[in-house]
Amino acid sequence: MNDKRDILIIDDEQVILDAVFKIAESEGFKVETALNANEALSKINQDNYSAILCDIMMPEIDGLQLLDKLNSDHKKIPVVMITGYSTVENAVNSLYKGAVDFIAKPFTFEEITSAIYRAVAYGKLQSKIEEAKKNNKEGSVIYVPCPPRYKRLGNISWMSLENQGTAVIGVTDLYLQTLHTLKYIEMLETENVIVQGNSCAKLETDDELTHNLLASVGGRIVERNEMLLTDPALLEKDPYFKGWIYRIIPSDIEYEMKYLISCSSDRM
Amino acid sequence: MKTKDFISKIGLKLIVAVGVITMVIIGVFSFFSIQAQSDALLSQAEIQANKLSETIKNSTHSSMLQNKRDEIHTIINAISQETSIREIRVLNKEGRIMFSSQSDLIGKMVDKQAESCYACHTADKPLERLPINERVRIYKISPDSPRILGVINPIYNDESCWSADCHVHPKEQKVLGVLDVKMDLTDVDRQISNSEFRFIIFAIIAIVALSFIIGFFVRRWIGKPVQELVKATNQVSTGNLNYTIKGSGKDELGILASSFNNMTKKLAEARMQLFQSDKMASLGRLAAGVAHEINNPLTGVLTYSSFLLKRTKGNPEMQEDLQVIVRETKRSREIVKSLLDFARQSVPKKQRADINEIIEHAISVINNQLSLKHIKLEKNLDPNLPQVTVDTNQVQQVFINLIVNASDAICEDNGTIKISSSSISLSSFGTAHIKRAVCPKRHDLIDNEIKIDGLPTVKVKVVSNGTEGMLNLDPIYGKHRHHYGIEIKKGKTVQVACPKCNSSLIVNDKKCPKCNSSIFSFEIPSQGMFEACTNPDCTWEKWAEVDEAGNKEYVEIKISDNGCGIAKEDLAKIFEPFYSTKGQTGTGLGLAVIWGIVDNHNGTINVDSEVGKGTTFKIRLPI
Repeated sequence: MNDKRDILIIDDEQVILDAVFKIAESEGFKVETALNANEALSKINQDNYSAILCDIMMPEIDGLQLLDKLNSDHKKIPVVMITGYSTVENAVNSLYKGAVDFIAKPFTFEEITSAIYRAVAYGKLQSKIEEAKKNNKEGSVIYVPCPPRYKRLGNISWMSLENQGTAVIGVTDLYLQTLHTLKYIEMLETENVIVQGNSCAKLETDDELTHNLLASVGGRIVERNEMLLTDPALLEKDPYFKGWIYRIIPSDIEYEMKYLISCSSDRM
Repeated sequence: MKTKDFISKIGLKLIVAVGVITMVIIGVFSFFSIQAQSDALLSQAEIQANKLSETIKNSTHSSMLQNKRDEIHTIINAISQETSIREIRVLNKEGRIMFSSQSDLIGKMVDKQAESCYACHTADKPLERLPINERVRIYKISPDSPRILGVINPIYNDESCWSADCHVHPKEQKVLGVLDVKMDLTDVDRQISNSEFRFIIFAIIAIVALSFIIGFFVRRWIGKPVQELVKATNQVSTGNLNYTIKGSGKDELGILASSFNNMTKKLAEARMQLFQSDKMASLGRLAAGVAHEINNPLTGVLTYSSFLLKRTKGNPEMQEDLQVIVRETKRSREIVKSLLDFARQSVPKKQRADINEIIEHAISVINNQLSLKHIKLEKNLDPNLPQVTVDTNQVQQVFINLIVNASDAICEDNGTIKISSSSISLSSFGTAHIKRAVCPKRHDLIDNEIKIDGLPTVKVKVVSNGTEGMLNLDPIYGKHRHHYGIEIKKGKTVQVACPKCNSSLIVNDKKCPKCNSSIFSFEIPSQGMFEACTNPDCTWEKWAEVDEAGNKEYVEIKISDNGCGIAKEDLAKIFEPFYSTKGQTGTGLGLAVIWGIVDNHNGTINVDSEVGKGTTFKIRLPI
């Protein structure tokens, strides 16, 4: 893997390419652009990229098909989906298919920057894991996978059903590993309704980035972990138990479940 | 108004019918009454004539005996002065006129067949005694002369006659002659014709009066309401469904008028719903298109401006302006998002759910908000509500939005929001009719030769127990009056195929849920598949698409407030996107989104509102 931190942006709209190009370049990334999936695929074959930002709605080959293609080619490049047609369902589906993240158009400078940083960090983490596997370093723990009975939305957030029908949601350690140290967490008040794949909390890190945390399931918030407000570090220390974020009454758990990945497959 | 219109046709018919009846009744009545009157008058005249005849006979008796013919003449002439007496004459046995009030006839012979004679002389042997009731006869000399009443009074031979001095008549003679008095019946006839005339006048007056009375009431009770109905139907046919018939009474026409009003109201609602549905669909497509297209330029604006914001940290003046751009672009983003929510093309994620539970959820979300505004919430939820297949999120959104709207509409202190749920059943449209049917190879299965209840049937070929025949299926779904051209043996394997191409219609992986026999199916173009059991004793049939469409059970949810209400001119527009009465605070998409959601659930939403009294939203969701 190339260490250049190159990123590839794929979108059929020139203005998006220009904007993201400018932003990414200002952040010190080396950026390539592609106006369609075919052009992108040939670039991917020539070069190694640290991360790919890809629009879902594109003529001919769309973002999801491109994702499938990359998966079948065993290209382990972190892909962030960009969706203009913000049907959350599409985006959540892309996470299920292996995208690391997604952002909805129109996005702000902060949103796209934080997504790029996370994706690049994710790529690095992946290669570390690969390396560890190669070197067979059993003892080294790079991240803590989520407990077997949990389910996760991509590698971002988890949820765990409780006996009384409520669900607890939180953020995965893998996601936290892609962030810098947490400074503050901004949470919604109780009684608010969150939607699967939509932002449910903002994580502020010490590199001045704000990360929108995507909700693993939708529902009405009945309780939130007030301890996190005073002690954000708790999230990093124990992301799966004491670092829970919300307790919710799920609204449509049966339907949303099909986009969640069971954590029991994570430990081998 | 023309006279033709004035007397409406029903009125005219009624007048003719009643006129005929009146005429018959009065005619029959007057016939019998005139008959009775004329009988009475005639019998009176007869009695009078008889008396007169006796008087003449008695007064001439002595003169006869003394053979004083001049005296007799004088008496007869004197009596015949009476105007009603036409003639008095005395005939002898041979028929010779002995005396007469008309002197020129004296001495003439009268034929025995003449009026005066035939009462006694009709039989071969002349009667010797004539009963009193047969002495009278009524006749006319010529057709236009007045009627004449004749009284014959036989003069019998008695002792004084044959013992008198003159001794003209022998003792053996029984009848000596006849006194014949003829009286004019002109008076009687005049009286009778007078009464006839009176009855005719009476009948005419009665018929005219009745006609006027009937005409008046027909016009009032039938003509006017019918005219009003015709006017209303014309209005409706030109497309004005808001026309209502006013002031209809409580009679049959009044009921018809109010049922007409009801029908136009329902039609207007249905048209509104259809129109709205159509408009929403196209608006939805437009909104989605616009949102999609606008997202890209918006992304450009947002990224560049937020990028600039980041880069100009040291320039507070610029920062301020850029912040406005970023803020306003973010606001545009929210509008686009709600537009997309409205236009969401995705199928609702439906599942069986309890509407009451969704209502409770919705209430718990906004309860705080309501109690802050001191709004009372009244729930009247039917605990036995059947479950409904809905997207719980979307439906909850509907309730939340409606309750929030209701609370926004309440401006006074004693605000109340009422929420009720109930299950209702709406009448279905009747039984479904299979009009088209095709085999898998698109051959037409409709048979026009064998009809059931007058309708063409669906013909399929059946092979059972080695024999082959045709089966004609009842085209009415569920009636099962099939026409079997072949006996299908129970328990044997049955093959059902297209009569034209022989391709099998048997459904392999499915059995009849009633009797577990094999089933067959065919397609009803654009209306899904029709399935039926091969067992002739089993009535199982299934037409899934019609079953769904014929589903007329609904859950009805009403959300009402006692707030300021919606003006009538606004009511029609409230479900339109970007229509808001909340001014700057709303995007005007809330109700449009609600409408879209309800429509996506094949439900309906209606609103009733009165300014100052409150608003009621009524949602019906099919079960």
